[in-house]
Amino acid sequence: MSTVQNFEIYVPKLLDKREFFSAGHRACQGCGEVLALRLIMKALGDDVVISNATGCMEIISSAYPQTAWEVPYIHVAFENAGAVGSGVEAALKALRRKGRIADRYVKSVAIAGDGGTVDIGLQALSGAMERGHDMVFFCLDNEAYMNTGIQRSSATPFMAATTTSPAGKAIKGQRTGKKNVPEIMVAHNVPYVATACPSYPIDLVNKVKKAKEVKGPAYVHVFSMCPTGWRSASEQTIKLGRLVVETGIFPLYEVENGKYRMTMEIPKKLRPVEDYLKLQGRFRHLNADDIEKVQALVNKEWRKLMNKVACMKPW
Amino acid sequence: MKQKKAASKAWPEKWHEINPGCMVFIPGNASTYHTGSWRAQRPEWDNKKCIKCGLCYIFCPEGCISEDAEGFFKANLDYCKGCGICAHECWPGAIKMFEEVE
Repeated sequence: MSTVQNFEIYVPKLLDKREFFSAGHRACQGCGEVLALRLIMKALGDDVVISNATGCMEIISSAYPQTAWEVPYIHVAFENAGAVGSGVEAALKALRRKGRIADRYVKSVAIAGDGGTVDIGLQALSGAMERGHDMVFFCLDNEAYMNTGIQRSSATPFMAATTTSPAGKAIKGQRTGKKNVPEIMVAHNVPYVATACPSYPIDLVNKVKKAKEVKGPAYVHVFSMCPTGWRSASEQTIKLGRLVVETGIFPLYEVENGKYRMTMEIPKKLRPVEDYLKLQGRFRHLNADDIEKVQALVNKEWRKLMNKVACMKPW
Repeated sequence: MKQKKAASKAWPEKWHEINPGCMVFIPGNASTYHTGSWRAQRPEWDNKKCIKCGLCYIFCPEGCISEDAEGFFKANLDYCKGCGICAHECWPGAIKMFEEVE
């Protein structure tokens, strides 16, 4: 029977009260990435082994001799979060078979930033997904190499100014668009691929739980707002995450066995991208023509996605 | 593996006090470091306006907001960095940011 129970309780109170990522970590004020990580850890619970590639989340959480993690955690080099995650999964399987550890299911989880996923770690990730290891890979995408000083990555959006793609007379920030890694993962025929954003926390938690329950590889691309690198105000973090979804720049969807499903409310008309761009210093140099170009790119990507969602429906 | 004595210190001073592989044996010991000193503004709750929805709790990047016995929320000021997300997202307007003055 599907009656609504606990009707008088607000939804945030239904989350796990335990924190597996302790306070006292060194993230910047208003960091959206660490918020995403905190919600991911709440959803995953404690039966996990984390392999974390170098990046913001490694720097801020594990400053020796301290660690913010309350679960087993391995810090690995930039390029091999996928490889170590799959190795941990194979090792757990072997140790369980030999009776060296208790016979209980432990999930292998790999976490990497956008540099560790989109640029440097792509081939290790591709290999792990292709071999079909029983693991989850989280990409915490803040759209540049933030911990080393905001260098561009291939996840940096079109016309965003970073220190290695500065806006000036010759170029207006990043010259190419964002690499669409969720699509690359869909092309691997992975059982579960999803995009999520911490501004929609319950949606994020549900997707993480779903990814954990998949027997096989799963990939979740988490959009993470970064006030430091995006030159935005720290209290605007959650608002920026909402705007990026409402403008259609980063649509929320999930792909289960190749079948697309939108998890956001599909608007009749998307919000103009200007609402999102004007809040950030990295897009300050854009004039009306440039915003028009960004809007055209966003519309194109949105149409492509809508066509995929529509043609998958009859299945 | 046995933990070395050095862990009782805040920081290993000599090379042989470092654990092999730089392993840390105490989970979550970053909470001994209080990030509250970074703060320039301090959030304060007006419990008359609070509807106990828990949005401040779910959106806090530090995880320093907790529920008290009556169901109201409060921040642990040892860790609060003063980002202002809770005050910005509180739609009944129960949270206000105040300048930290000493």
